[in-house]
Amino acid sequence: MSQIQLQIDGKEIKAREGMTVLEAAREAGIYIPTLCHHEKLEPFGGCRLCLVEATVRNRTNLVVSCVYPVQENVVVRTRSEKVDRIRKTILELLLAHAPDSMVLQELAREYGAEPDRFEKESSFCIHCGLCVRYCAEVKGKHAIGFIDRGIRKEISFIPEIAAKECAACKECFPLCPTSYLQSVFVLTEALAASTQDL
Amino acid sequence: MNLERIDQIIDKHNAEPSSLIQVLLEIQSENHWLPRQALERVSQRLEVPYTRIQHIATFYKAFSLVPKGKHEINICMGTACHVRGAPRILDSIQDLTGIKPGETDLDLKFSLETVNCLGCCALGPVVEIDGKTHGNLAPGKTADVIKNYE
Repeated sequence: MSQIQLQIDGKEIKAREGMTVLEAAREAGIYIPTLCHHEKLEPFGGCRLCLVEATVRNRTNLVVSCVYPVQENVVVRTRSEKVDRIRKTILELLLAHAPDSMVLQELAREYGAEPDRFEKESSFCIHCGLCVRYCAEVKGKHAIGFIDRGIRKEISFIPEIAAKECAACKECFPLCPTSYLQSVFVLTEALAASTQDL
Repeated sequence: MNLERIDQIIDKHNAEPSSLIQVLLEIQSENHWLPRQALERVSQRLEVPYTRIQHIATFYKAFSLVPKGKHEINICMGTACHVRGAPRILDSIQDLTGIKPGETDLDLKFSLETVNCLGCCALGPVVEIDGKTHGNLAPGKTADVIKNYE
């Protein structure tokens, strides 16, 4: 594994090949906000909140740090006017879906995001995929998955698998940034109970 | 659709997980929809998690998880067909089949769907039934076309 030299927020950092910018930053104690990242899971790049400015050979691009591999001599800035502005908008859009999420509210305070900027459309799920990916990658149970696409995309338990596996596990519950996962689980349980009587 | 036929289709693709979409497409084209038992069988044989199959089957519009009729009617509602009288064609087909767009009749004979352009605007108004294109239709002519499909 070769060493790669890069700069994050003015700090010279050594990283190993194959690491992402986010991992390198975390290792050096530099904080980048994330919603869909989990160290046990494959990078997903779903929430786009970890976006940073990366300068390679005098060209600056906005890149998503959780899926951007480290490169020799890249200069990364984790906070800038542009980055903050985009993170603010992302948070405002997410808050339209999950207005009462503690995690989102806290980030919104930091970035000055206006919770009421966009009309509320409370779907509660922000499609971070943590529950789906944790169940598949860490537990290997595949009890929950995504269905449909675009604005109709949502998470859905497979009742038969959930009935066997979930009661003893529930490890995905604390991962959910909006608590929507718990309510989907309770709803699946209730549906299963009511159809059993039929 | 019986499980033996599904197994045949899976065997044709050597039960490769990477052939998942091909397998689903073949079941869809023979059976016109994907029943739960079929998906469970595919999941078992290809060793692909059911959540993944469910994700793919709900993602693509080519797949249907609800029963569809034997004949699939697509009525073009694109701009060119619209100005050439597609709404009236739609009305006459609704009267003939007794179903609205997105519905399937009780005998599983017809499924009706509106589409936005079939790419042959010069033939408008166009109706596509089971992949065959019927152009220059008029409300009076639709009955002659429909009666060929039993």
